[in-house]
Amino acid sequence: MGIRFILMVNKQGQTRLAQYYEYLTLEERRALEGEIVRKCLARTEQQCSFVEHRNYKIVYRRYASLFFLVGVDNDENELAILEFIHLLVETMDRHFGNVCELDIMFHLEKAHFMLEEMVMNGCIVETSKSNILTPIQLMEKA
Amino acid sequence: MAGGVSSSSYYSSSIMETLFQRTLEDLIKGLRLQLIGESAFVSKAIEEIRREVKSTDPHTKSTALQKLSYLASLHFHDMSWAAFHVVEVMSSSRFSHKRIGYHAASLSFHDDTPVLLLITNQLRKDLASTNEFEVSLALECLSRISTPDLARDLTPEIFTLLSTTKIFVRKKAISVVLRVFAKYPDAVRVCFKRLVENLDNSDPQILAAVVGVFCELASQDPGSYLPLAPEFYRILVDSKNNWVLIKVLKIFAKLAPLEPRLAKRVVEPICDHMRRTGAKSLMFECIRTVVSSFSEYESAVKLAVVKIRELLVDDDPNLKYLGLQALSVIAPKHLWAVLENKEVVIKWLSDEDPNIKLECLRLVMAMVSESNVVEISRVLVTYSLKSDPGFCNEILGSILCTCSRNAYEIIVDFDWYVSLLGEMSRIPHCQKGDEIENQLIDMGMRVKDVRPELLQVARGLLIDPALLGNPFLHRILAAAAWVSGEYIEFSRNPFELMEALLQPRTSLLPLSVRAVYIHSAFKVLIFCLHSYILQSESMTSSFPDNLVLGVSELVLKRNMLEGSDLTTCEAPSAHCSEGFNPSNQSYEDLSIENGGDRTINHGQTSTPAFSENIFTYDSIINLINQVELALGPFTGSHDAEVFERTRHILCFIELIKGEITECLVQKGKTLESEEMKASKIIKLISDAFSEELGPVSVSAQQRVPIPEGLLLKENLDDLETICADFQVPASNLFSLGSPYYGEEVGVSPFGLQNKEESEPSNEATSLLTEHRKLHGLYYLAPEKNEIVGNDYPPANEPKLQVNPKNDTEDLVKLTVQSLATNKKPNHAKTRPVVVKLDEGDLVTITAKRPETKDDLVSGAVREVLVGSDTRTATSQRNPSDKSSSKRSKRKGKEKLNVDCSELKENLGDSEKLKHENPSSRKNKHSINGKERRHKSTGKIGEEGEENGQKGKQKSSHRHARHKASHRADAPLNVVSQTPVIPDFLL
Repeated sequence: MGIRFILMVNKQGQTRLAQYYEYLTLEERRALEGEIVRKCLARTEQQCSFVEHRNYKIVYRRYASLFFLVGVDNDENELAILEFIHLLVETMDRHFGNVCELDIMFHLEKAHFMLEEMVMNGCIVETSKSNILTPIQLMEKA
Repeated sequence: MAGGVSSSSYYSSSIMETLFQRTLEDLIKGLRLQLIGESAFVSKAIEEIRREVKSTDPHTKSTALQKLSYLASLHFHDMSWAAFHVVEVMSSSRFSHKRIGYHAASLSFHDDTPVLLLITNQLRKDLASTNEFEVSLALECLSRISTPDLARDLTPEIFTLLSTTKIFVRKKAISVVLRVFAKYPDAVRVCFKRLVENLDNSDPQILAAVVGVFCELASQDPGSYLPLAPEFYRILVDSKNNWVLIKVLKIFAKLAPLEPRLAKRVVEPICDHMRRTGAKSLMFECIRTVVSSFSEYESAVKLAVVKIRELLVDDDPNLKYLGLQALSVIAPKHLWAVLENKEVVIKWLSDEDPNIKLECLRLVMAMVSESNVVEISRVLVTYSLKSDPGFCNEILGSILCTCSRNAYEIIVDFDWYVSLLGEMSRIPHCQKGDEIENQLIDMGMRVKDVRPELLQVARGLLIDPALLGNPFLHRILAAAAWVSGEYIEFSRNPFELMEALLQPRTSLLPLSVRAVYIHSAFKVLIFCLHSYILQSESMTSSFPDNLVLGVSELVLKRNMLEGSDLTTCEAPSAHCSEGFNPSNQSYEDLSIENGGDRTINHGQTSTPAFSENIFTYDSIINLINQVELALGPFTGSHDAEVFERTRHILCFIELIKGEITECLVQKGKTLESEEMKASKIIKLISDAFSEELGPVSVSAQQRVPIPEGLLLKENLDDLETICADFQVPASNLFSLGSPYYGEEVGVSPFGLQNKEESEPSNEATSLLTEHRKLHGLYYLAPEKNEIVGNDYPPANEPKLQVNPKNDTEDLVKLTVQSLATNKKPNHAKTRPVVVKLDEGDLVTITAKRPETKDDLVSGAVREVLVGSDTRTATSQRNPSDKSSSKRSKRKGKEKLNVDCSELKENLGDSEKLKHENPSSRKNKHSINGKERRHKSTGKIGEEGEENGQKGKQKSSHRHARHKASHRADAPLNVVSQTPVIPDFLL
């Protein structure tokens, strides 16, 4: 599975994007997000970006007001996931131009498409920004 | 349109609806404004959506669905009710609508969604669409929601897409395969070959996808993928893409332990990457691969440790953390790596990140050995005093866990360890009561030599009234009480213990623990009376020495060969004539005795274990009165356990009181005193109590034959309803006895697991008693009860005579004592015997693996990889193998026959091979490898049309090779369990 879920959460703990690669019920998701947000948002800049949670790891990174949290299997490479998060942010940056929380809120679908291009079935399949964005731009035109 | 406030007024006609429908954007804006509160706003929006989604206008419908998906995804709103509408929107002809539908489907559908049956055709249609975005949508959706049925029905389409020339689609098809395999293992037979072919693809996107898939597949069952090692090796050496390299490394981490020759081959390239790469992620992956799977390769490990060191001293907390993690992976095999970085590890132990601290703690515990356990524990306990409660308990927990591992394997000086436990109990944040309790009792039962010290520690805990106020300590106190009752013969002053057990502050204890106190008091009482009787007997026989012998006899009855006993014998009548006022005397003596405690254990001269003279008439009468007085109030207790135990004691006292007074009056005169009823009873009970309790094997219950007619597997659902009305008391937390036991009672009294029953599980019994009363018919004959019943201690009521001065002194002494131990762990001392139950201590879990889907997948993979030669051969004969899936399915069925015919050929092959010189084979192969590499590099430019052809050629080439190697090694065993790697290794 590799990646189990990707969350974007703001400072206040509101979820701005949630993408799961395994089916969870609403209640499970609510509980999970609550626990994770509580765990990760309390941490300081000087602490490491990895948190063990239940039987997997969460790799997170903060950009301005937004936290990007990725839940991964235990043998996943944490640093690679950090790079992945960064790539995601760069991609969104390129698309939206200096991306901010509002962009993601109002263009949630697009954010999802980018993720879909990058991650499939929990595996990272695409890491080139232009490869990710081309289909999205094409779709927009269509 | 204005926010969300006034939207409910316009919705009469559908045109109006369409015109004035709120878009997703409006919804989000409205949510942000929050004029009427989020939940009210959302429910209003949902109301609208429910209406809009039924609209005939596709735009209105899809917008409604879009909004619903948004609310479902971010506001946890149920959208299962809209499943049918999702299907409708999915089948829309407009891409933008379809997109919304698909997104909603992947968000909300799961295996049990009924409408899934309806989408098969839609998916099939979209998978075959000429619009690659539609195909992509369908693939994406399939990767999230595919069920066995969907996977089965759509396998042909996926198969086709696996070799499509559209990279954009193909890479997604490759990723979907993983999910399809998981849901429908038979798809492996159809798709696997094409999947493997993609490994040779030079397109980086395809390669990334396919390596990702194999990484996942290999993590489930690495063995099946060994035959593909050469392809992975090529990627490892050639690829420049770090993402791909990381995945390949993960694959090798799984494969290498299975095949040493492979490990030997890949370890060098991995080290190369580790040395050369500038990417920390790749470097870390190399490190992780080496420490986890290549730990026998000295040079690689050394290199990895150097790199780990770099991570450890980095300022980035992430790297620090990962470095520590890598160290803890390697610690079991190469402890030197940890020791080398000892200072760093200790330094980060006080890092501000709890995760880092925790890793450090694990590492420190990994360094613990017989020789340094005392020192390290000392440092850690001191450190825990300064830590926050959470980490403090982590520390204590890991000390407890490490020291008790494997029946206290690393402990040599048990006296030290027991006193450490005593000390831990006094740490303010300590919440490890359960564990400490278990260990105190467990050691008492397993390690005979530690009992005197154990009693001292127990005494220290019991007589400190301050501890009674801390609920986390209650279970430790229960253990201490039990110890004091069980091993009272080592006490220098039983009266003092009795007083501690009966002190007024015990009212702070939960009833379950009080019951232990009461029972312990009973044991102490019996012990005192018995000692007294022995003493008076020997007095009557007018041999002063006997009196002592009588006492020590009792001790010896338990096979105790302690120094203190000997001293008892040697210095028999030290203070024969003193101490007629024991209750005062005892407290005055306290300090002296305390001082002596420790020395006694080392066999030096000191006061005897207890001065025989303390069992005087007055003291005994005093004792009895004290017990009576303290326990009186409990006769009205509602707790069955407390009540019953109190009654036992009081009745007993009733029984003996008259006689004993008489007998005591006549002391020194009546030779027949031993004939008396009272003393007989006392002796009997005393005998019963001195029956030694031993540890019970975890698997003990398994050895009990199941009685005929007992159905263990019977459905006990109805018990749940019974247990539901049976409330576990709040005191549960502090109950004495194995925690499991208590839980079991809560869930089902028939818990099949057998936990250590050897400990007194007081509350559990009381619960059981209650439960038994209620639901007697579910119970077996009461054997268990007897066992448990035995170990119970009693309690009493304390007059507040406990002198606070003594307590503080006590504390001081305790610390001094522990410091004393600290000075030099007494290594000269031989390790005492620890009772181990050979099979019993290891929980043997028979791992019965049901055949899972993974197994099916790997079975199929093996079949394809190892046995596929037959298939390849067939397909070679049929050049028109553009396999519609029906064909391939049929082929699967035919396979058996084909196999047979092939087998003959194979035998021929293998014979041919046998004639070849192995060295020539080796040469041939290495050439092969080179050739292949050439080909693949040469191919880069000319993907397109030629791709298919080349792939086919190459694959047949490769498969031929596989066949050769396989046949050569195991000619007759077509589906060999350990697939042989091609000779690329030789």
